[in-house]
Amino acid sequence: MPELRYFEAVNQALEEEFARDDRVFILGEDVGLAGGTFRVTEGLMAEFGSRRVRDTPIAEAAIVGIAIGAAMAGMRPIAELMTMNFAIVAMDQIVNHASKMRYMFGGKVTLPLVIRAPGGGGTQKAAQHSHCIESWFVNTPGIRVVIPATPYDAKGLLKTSIRSDDPILFIEHEMLYSTRGEVPEEEYLLPLGVAEVKRPGRDITIVAWSRMALEALKAAEMLAGEGIEAEVVDPRTLDPLDMDTILTSVARTRRVVIAEEGWRNVGMGAELAARIQEHLFYDLDAPVQRVAAADVPTPYARNLERLALPDADRIFEAVLKVTL
Amino acid sequence: MAVPLADQLQLYRNMALIRRFEEGVSEAYAEGFIGGFTHLYIGQEAVATGAISALNHDDYVIATYRDHAHALMRETSARALMAELYGRATGVCKGKGGSMHFHDPERYFMGGYAIVGGHLPLAVGLAMAVQMRNEDRVVMAFLGDGASNQGVFHESMNMAKLWELPVIFLVENNFYGIATDVRVSSSFNEIHRKAQGYGMPGHVVGGMDVVAVREACEEVVKYVRHGSGPVLIEARCYRYQGHSMTDPGRYRSQAEADLWKKRDPIPRLAKHLIQQGVDPARLEAIQSEVNEVVQDAMRFAESSPEPRPEALYEDLFVESYGA
Repeated sequence: MPELRYFEAVNQALEEEFARDDRVFILGEDVGLAGGTFRVTEGLMAEFGSRRVRDTPIAEAAIVGIAIGAAMAGMRPIAELMTMNFAIVAMDQIVNHASKMRYMFGGKVTLPLVIRAPGGGGTQKAAQHSHCIESWFVNTPGIRVVIPATPYDAKGLLKTSIRSDDPILFIEHEMLYSTRGEVPEEEYLLPLGVAEVKRPGRDITIVAWSRMALEALKAAEMLAGEGIEAEVVDPRTLDPLDMDTILTSVARTRRVVIAEEGWRNVGMGAELAARIQEHLFYDLDAPVQRVAAADVPTPYARNLERLALPDADRIFEAVLKVTL
Repeated sequence: MAVPLADQLQLYRNMALIRRFEEGVSEAYAEGFIGGFTHLYIGQEAVATGAISALNHDDYVIATYRDHAHALMRETSARALMAELYGRATGVCKGKGGSMHFHDPERYFMGGYAIVGGHLPLAVGLAMAVQMRNEDRVVMAFLGDGASNQGVFHESMNMAKLWELPVIFLVENNFYGIATDVRVSSSFNEIHRKAQGYGMPGHVVGGMDVVAVREACEEVVKYVRHGSGPVLIEARCYRYQGHSMTDPGRYRSQAEADLWKKRDPIPRLAKHLIQQGVDPARLEAIQSEVNEVVQDAMRFAESSPEPRPEALYEDLFVESYGA
């Protein structure tokens, strides 16, 4: 199987879906001539033209709002936000419009819309360019949240997302774009709402997604050296959320660490911890552990940023705390 | 171009319908049948009536939270709209939207939106779809004077012109953003001149004269449909009631209101029609007809069922995943 970098896998998904359905188009900052800040849209404008691969002004709210309007008219737009930080500029369009319209209009409107953006920190981009805010959108009914960790997951889930009739926030990660992974040559789609056990193990479950899924796999490798077999479960989509796979794993291992790059306070990890104890309170051998970002704006200085953001070492320590 | 007499009679009937509908809403609100925020269009009837009458049935219309008139002019039934206001299952949005969120895509009414200016990028997106599919369609986006100070207004104007999209920004300038006078909220209170900043034509029309609105819009719709790019129209009008049902409107003087009411679009057109030889009895018959439409809608709404409890979780997504 050929190996692709994450950004190449996303690019392939776009190219295939553009070729398959001429209602699909993309708009965003630098997506056309420049081929995307992270090379995700490279080659698309040359192949599909400047109307379907549309460079826009720096106006995130309108980028998302235009995509909503076009989706309402039956197109299948993809709004690219250069980073998740700018989703905050477009918050009214994402939360007050895309997420609300189908329900408040009594189901008469269909919004086949994908909003793509990379989130995350870890490269010293400081407070305004390091957001990991997927939990904000999971807290908002009416929009799906897809957050793949590997090139394989990214391609299969993006193709499904583009074909979906619902608004989807598709969150990539700046630090994942250059990671490599096997991607089949033949076409495939991955369903939303299906978690993957990325590494089996019997002693503890680590639930992690996006970049933290890779950190969890590193931690699991380190733990194997200590004689601890950790199972890594990546939900891959946070809405819909495959609780069954998570609960099945935790029911077996009886211990769980949830690792996320977002802030700890009222984060996705808190929701998962609550749901796990609701279902498995009497099956747990230890308190649910959370590994998450420090509740501060992400600092610039390299040492402080490392302290602020979780990593494999932090996950390793959290596992040891409840397994030794 | 002159508006034919038959069309003028239709304009009269439609303005009368809106006025009577809104009076019915006011009564039902006072009786507790309608809750939440409800914004009446009384006084502004000439704007939606004249503007939408210049469109084809399959041109897109998108509006603000003051959207009752626009849905009526797209010929959504008064029953479905009143039932929506009463929060009933038979409402146009199954009782889930209410006053500010009418929506009837089968009639190309693409919805009422309650974040000031928030729907303007959606209008641009509708127009982008029209352009990409080479359709013979225009988009008419209604907005208030207050929206012209919002960020997305400017983003939308810029992008609409940048790509020469077939969209008409129709500003219903009633001079007040809730309680704040346009003169203290906009650096530039000649709102139609804001179009110039984007190289877009901007026109002003008297919004208390339905024939003038119709004629101005016919010209503009022709221009936009021809592919000449977007246009902004400012229609100057006045809402007789407060911003919403809960607003007594103390920030405006009686003298100011009286001045505008002298230009009331309905008697104004009635006088004009009678001058053209229309029998006043015919106008009275129109008033009785629209009164019956509204009474029927109120009876229908009151006798309609509330949404089933199961509806709470319905219509969130197209695809469900069992979780």
